[in-house]
Amino acid sequence: MSEVQDYKSRLSDPKSRKMGTFSYIPKMDDDQIRKQVQYIVDQGWNPAIEHTEPQYAASHYWYMWKLPMFGETDVDRIMEEIDLCKKSNPGNHVRLVGYDNYKQSQGANMVIYQAPLEGETLERMEAAAAVHAYDLVHK
Amino acid sequence: MAKTYEAGVKEYRETYWEPDYQPKDSDLLAVFKITPQPGVPREEAAAAVAAESSTGTWTTVWTDLLTDLDYYKGRAYAIEDVPGDDECYYAFIAYPMGLFEEGSVVNVMTSIVGNVFGFKAVRALRLEDIRFPLWFVTTNPGPPHGIQVERDKLDKYGRPLLGCTIKPKLGLSAKNYGRACYEGLRGGLDFTKDDENVNSQFFMRWRDRFLFVQEACEKAEAETGERKGHYLNVTAPTVEEMYKRAEFAKEIGARIIMSDYLTLGWAAHTSLSKWCRDNGLLLHVHRAMHGVIDRNPHHGINFRVLTKMLRLMGGDHLHSGTVVGKLEGDREATLGWIDIMRDKYIKEDRSRGIFFDQDWGQMPGVLPVASGGIHVWHMPALVSIFGDDSCLQFGGGTLGHPWGNAAGAAANRVAVEACVQARNEGRELEKEGKDILTSAAKHSPELKMAMETWKEIKFEFDTVDKLDVAHK
Repeated sequence: MSEVQDYKSRLSDPKSRKMGTFSYIPKMDDDQIRKQVQYIVDQGWNPAIEHTEPQYAASHYWYMWKLPMFGETDVDRIMEEIDLCKKSNPGNHVRLVGYDNYKQSQGANMVIYQAPLEGETLERMEAAAAVHAYDLVHK
Repeated sequence: MAKTYEAGVKEYRETYWEPDYQPKDSDLLAVFKITPQPGVPREEAAAAVAAESSTGTWTTVWTDLLTDLDYYKGRAYAIEDVPGDDECYYAFIAYPMGLFEEGSVVNVMTSIVGNVFGFKAVRALRLEDIRFPLWFVTTNPGPPHGIQVERDKLDKYGRPLLGCTIKPKLGLSAKNYGRACYEGLRGGLDFTKDDENVNSQFFMRWRDRFLFVQEACEKAEAETGERKGHYLNVTAPTVEEMYKRAEFAKEIGARIIMSDYLTLGWAAHTSLSKWCRDNGLLLHVHRAMHGVIDRNPHHGINFRVLTKMLRLMGGDHLHSGTVVGKLEGDREATLGWIDIMRDKYIKEDRSRGIFFDQDWGQMPGVLPVASGGIHVWHMPALVSIFGDDSCLQFGGGTLGHPWGNAAGAAANRVAVEACVQARNEGRELEKEGKDILTSAAKHSPELKMAMETWKEIKFEFDTVDKLDVAHK
């Protein structure tokens, strides 16, 4: 039996925050993202892009990048929009959604770009965690 | 012309066997597997079941003539061989709508699986399937929220959810129990779970458990930024006590509670389910005791019927079996009842043991829960069998990790995400499962360790309750 390993996750470390589906596997490269876009298109779902400042990532509502791309099946077009969203919103997380209108749900939802946590953002997130830790103890 | 009264015993088939009958859309249809006593003709036994589960009794009574029995009686309308078993046969029975109280599964089951199951003319009897007519479906509450609402509330999409039943199931103190939950949740699980028999024993009273577990959920949420839940089992000795626990769960902000619907009782469960919709808590449903009812292939009630009942009475999650784990469950039959849980309209499909079309109208679906003896090596098969709309629960497969629950949880989370990613890329999970997990483990020491720990464990006992297929 090998040595027991510690599990590195800390309330005080904003880098421990996860981002839903696919946030436990290595970050996808462009080629891998294309395959997920292709999957969304193949299911007949409507692709959409959302983004947010990292400190507000827990909200149900991120900012929509324009409107969902209803009926768009061209993977290149969708990849272009992802890129445009990223460039227009520096420092934001970006996620890809596939709306399934039959199930009235999102068939796919994945964060495809995680902004680095640094500077003022990091400080704010650390401060928020400290408040939360206090709440947990003093409830 | 009015009928005359003749006292005495008539053969059931004179009144209750109608092979030319065309079932109506409003009829409730049932198919029984009948093993008759020697010498009882098929039609007579089928008619007897129809009679005893509807209007009939063993002798003619004068009060029969005060009503229009044709309007109320159940009718056996078809008989079929059971593939591979000459001892028994299927009897199809149509029950008119007037026999049943609207919105009452309790009433339907009291008729259909009531006295008739002790009836001497049949040696054994099994209710294989029911077609609930749409009018009856719409008079039942159904799941408090359903799969789509649950995903939205929890903000989890595009993958199966992950859970873990806390073990040892009995004997932990509330604080230690909360610790086990916290570790699993921070490692990447969506849910942890009370076991079916965790209620309010001496070693851990319910209130203490609720509070410690809620803190575990909240800290894990803050730490991971993801929404977490623990199924707080509110199954209790009395309905008043059940409500008391449910209200407290709501008060402290729990996202989900739990019921053992068969032992709690169907009426109590249905009330709890309505309470959950009114109060915004999800409801996880465990099926403890189902094996008593559904396992014998010749007697009892098939699980697909218990599934339909639960969807009508309400529940957001229901245990379905795993196909691959330690508990009983034939693959095709399991696929059949997970369709029954989730889909809007299920077509007759004998290859999955589904005897009737079933229309659920607008009723939301129930999330199937695969739990029992599963671990990371099962993940590719589980994702392939269950798809995204499911909850995969690893108890020992999380807690038994050599580095503890957080590592065990992370291993399962990495495995499920790797499988979903691969499936979306068009890869065949059950064929390429080993490759997919092995390459995912390169980036996850937790997964690598889990794969080494559970490599050799298999569950290959044969299933007792198989679908009926010809073996000759």
